[in-house]
Amino acid sequence: MLAWTIYLSFAGALVEALLPKGRAGLARAVALVFALAGFLIAVAGFAAGAGQGRITITDVAWVPSMGIHYLLAADGISRVVVLLTGLAAVAGVLFSWNVDHRTNEFFAFFLALIGGVYGVFLSFDLFLLFVFYEIAIVPKYFLIAIWGSTRREYAAMKLALYSFVGSAMVLIALLAAYAASGSHSTSLLDLANAGLSIHSQMWLFPLTFIGFGILAGMWPFHTWAPTGHVAAPTAASMLLAGVVMKLGAYGCLRVAMGLFPHGMDPWGFTLLGIGSWRDVFAILAVIGIVYGALVALVQTDFKFVIGYSSVSHMGFVLLGLMTLNQIGLTGAVLQMYSHGVIAGLLFAIVGRMVYDRTHTRQFGELEQMHLLRRLPFPAWAFVIAGMASMGLPGFSGFVAELQVLIGSWHATPWWTAAAGIGIVVGVAYTWRALQKAFFTDVRPTAEDHPKEGWGDLGAITWPEVTAFSLLIAASLIVGVYPRILLDTIEPAVKAFLAGGAQ
Amino acid sequence: MNYADLFRITLPETALEVAALLVLIIDLAFLRRAALNVRASVAALLGIAGCIAALWLMPGGGMFSIDGTANTALLVTGGLVSVAQIGILVLTGLTLVFLVDAAFTRHVGEYVAIVLMSATGGLLIAGAQDLLIIFIGLELLSLGLYVITAFAKQSGRSAEAAMKYYLFGGMSAAFLLFGFSYLYGLTGSTNLHQVVLGSITSYGSGSPLFYVALVLVAAGLGFKVAAVPFHLWAPDAYEGAPAPAAAFIASVSKVASFALLIGIGMAILRPFGNVHMVRMVVVQDGSVLKHFDGLSYQWSLLLAILAAASMVVGNLAALAQISVRRLLAYSAIAHAGYMLTALAYLSSRGASAILYYILTYGVTTIAAFGVIGVIESATGTDRLDGFLGLSKRNPLLAAVLLVLFLSLAGIPPLVGFWAKFNLFAAVLSVDAGVIPFVLVALAVAFSAVSLYYYLQVLKRAYVMPAVDEAPIRVHPVTMIVLLLIAAAVVVLGCLPSLLQNWIAKF
Repeated sequence: MLAWTIYLSFAGALVEALLPKGRAGLARAVALVFALAGFLIAVAGFAAGAGQGRITITDVAWVPSMGIHYLLAADGISRVVVLLTGLAAVAGVLFSWNVDHRTNEFFAFFLALIGGVYGVFLSFDLFLLFVFYEIAIVPKYFLIAIWGSTRREYAAMKLALYSFVGSAMVLIALLAAYAASGSHSTSLLDLANAGLSIHSQMWLFPLTFIGFGILAGMWPFHTWAPTGHVAAPTAASMLLAGVVMKLGAYGCLRVAMGLFPHGMDPWGFTLLGIGSWRDVFAILAVIGIVYGALVALVQTDFKFVIGYSSVSHMGFVLLGLMTLNQIGLTGAVLQMYSHGVIAGLLFAIVGRMVYDRTHTRQFGELEQMHLLRRLPFPAWAFVIAGMASMGLPGFSGFVAELQVLIGSWHATPWWTAAAGIGIVVGVAYTWRALQKAFFTDVRPTAEDHPKEGWGDLGAITWPEVTAFSLLIAASLIVGVYPRILLDTIEPAVKAFLAGGAQ
Repeated sequence: MNYADLFRITLPETALEVAALLVLIIDLAFLRRAALNVRASVAALLGIAGCIAALWLMPGGGMFSIDGTANTALLVTGGLVSVAQIGILVLTGLTLVFLVDAAFTRHVGEYVAIVLMSATGGLLIAGAQDLLIIFIGLELLSLGLYVITAFAKQSGRSAEAAMKYYLFGGMSAAFLLFGFSYLYGLTGSTNLHQVVLGSITSYGSGSPLFYVALVLVAAGLGFKVAAVPFHLWAPDAYEGAPAPAAAFIASVSKVASFALLIGIGMAILRPFGNVHMVRMVVVQDGSVLKHFDGLSYQWSLLLAILAAASMVVGNLAALAQISVRRLLAYSAIAHAGYMLTALAYLSSRGASAILYYILTYGVTTIAAFGVIGVIESATGTDRLDGFLGLSKRNPLLAAVLLVLFLSLAGIPPLVGFWAKFNLFAAVLSVDAGVIPFVLVALAVAFSAVSLYYYLQVLKRAYVMPAVDEAPIRVHPVTMIVLLLIAAAVVVLGCLPSLLQNWIAKF
């Protein structure tokens, strides 16, 4: 059933591409229908799969001569991220309701991107996974380059090249693993059982982990992320932070760790207290958490704050992965979901509710606009979303980050303490952004009286309220009753830890 | 020597020659006064008919040999040779289609005849097993290419490009002939297999003349596939030649040259069919006195160097181009580098992978030049700026361009990705140490670089604002062929087994 999420999205993209031009309303409706259908299937698949292990959805020989299968399957981890993708897709369409420039093309690229993301999350064949992974890169480029804002062409190209370099590394590893395994199959399960030598795993693991980690915003390969997020149109930055970065983290988990588990074994020597690739990436994750938070603290552009906060939050995912224990890994998967929802929400508030109305994201200008009074809904929305982002109890982020920290405390206590700094700074930058954007009331002087932004800012529309409610509910439900996801994630993580890919 | 054999296996070549003569006669004798587009259509149709006839007459397999054994074979057909020949004929037919709205010459009959004769040379070298046949076939192919490059007589650039192409080509032919004469002198035979065996048995790797000969041959053949550092003609020829001629040069001549390289590589690297590296060891009283590598090790190394240089230079130079034709020329150099990697570490699987690659690449390139031809006649330039706003001016053409260029960049699920994957998997399946792996890593890394320049074109078409929004009209025949090729690129990318199984059938 879940396979239909992929087909429907691509079908939607095709329909959008064939729609007559200039019928923006029709294009929106069609996009909403397809996104909603995908979301409902994702929910149904999630509910149906509760408590079950991995289920094979489709298995057809694709290129028999090379052992490549069109193999779609879902386990607990996939179901959660597919659910997230469905959420992000619906919210993305709703928050793009005001796109009126080449609308049908916009939604065509949007749905193609979503289809690729679904495909990655459901692929259990490495080759197929890679194909979907690449399919998701191209629409991103056009979404940003055509409908983006600040330095959009530069940001789009940078993002495309970073992603492509990352996927090139993955492709090299894929080819090498395929050639070395001799198993004549590219199925993740077969490759995991192929018994690759520790020697080859030792270098395939970092190659793959970094390759996917680039897309997950791993420090120091994160620089595409803030520029990309800032330039992207609202829906695209929601998808970018919400699901595309998860593609990277998911690849790190499923491919790098699943296929080359011995790549995380100790090297047999210690360099500056680092004894394995696992240490290296754990430390990079912690640096990402702290660095992202600190940089977010000094931004003058509202959207850059959220962009760098994504780097910081994704650091928790990577740190959780490197704990290699059940609670840490569960936390990492939960954090993927949580960050997907919350980052989407934050980007929607900044990009759609504030920027589209005021045409500025500079704190200096926003401070003069009395936004609390003139745009009360976004202001209070940001308060709630900010609380979720800070990881306050009651929101999904709290459960996720707590689990990651507990897990990593068992693994590397000192570095966990350092990661804690990131949380503290996280509170600081969120408060600062909140205060500067909405709660300051600077009376403008005659000279720097802003020309724009003082007209009618326009009321908040129903799609925005709906999408906001959807996302905040998605975070709250999990925050209040985390078992709803944990019951699905935990068995999958347990199985993962027990035996490589499964 | 049985001449019936010769006639039987050269039926396709004969059909092409007959078609060439027919085109000339009909165009010169009956259509002198007809309108140019009528003459062009008739000539193109006749040429395509000739290609179809040649396909029809394609023998299932066979050999022409002096004494009936492979040791003296001059020409073979069947197997991968047939695949390459079918590819040459199909691609030739496709390049002829674009004549329907090309206005670069008034001598369409001659143009088609020369293209067909050139294609004949391509067919010959695909199956050549003898140094002399190789040389003759190559010259037959190349002379035609020089002429069609110069065919736009009104254009100075066309003449200049042809002159450069011709001078470089003449030089490379001289190198090749010089190398061949050394090989003959050292081994006493012009048959490829005899030369290779002779290199192992009588002289071993000892004679420095072998190295000289190999380098000369590599230089001569490297020119044909535009491998660095013998690539300098390519950007000029691609830029100056009329679009249909450039399409022919970029596709058909490449298929033929790579088929030739596969033939030579198979003879050198796998003289006994299944062993990759051949080494002869002289043993006396249980101790190794001496070992000979024959030509294989040096040949691999030479090709590996050419491959690495081509990937690096081709991709980096393409980044800086503002003419889309030159961009395609440098990217062709890079693609040649990828294929040379597989040639350096050749296996029978690698040979089919190279053919798969060059055939799909050829089709994609032909369509790319088709699009460029349309843009040029609409805007008068092949510069990047000519593509501005294409998605508004002709959405369908822009969509075709999107598919073609993403395929060239190797984005799945388009056929270009599959071709690359297949090629690199074949290279890695040859157990030859770390160099093939490094080469593949380099190739994949530079594929990532290549995305940049392909996106430069797509960015103009889709992203940047249009200067002129007047719709671009495309001749319906051209558009249909372009759409068919784009569809094939998608379908073959989604179902890569189709073409692969077809190749494997031979």
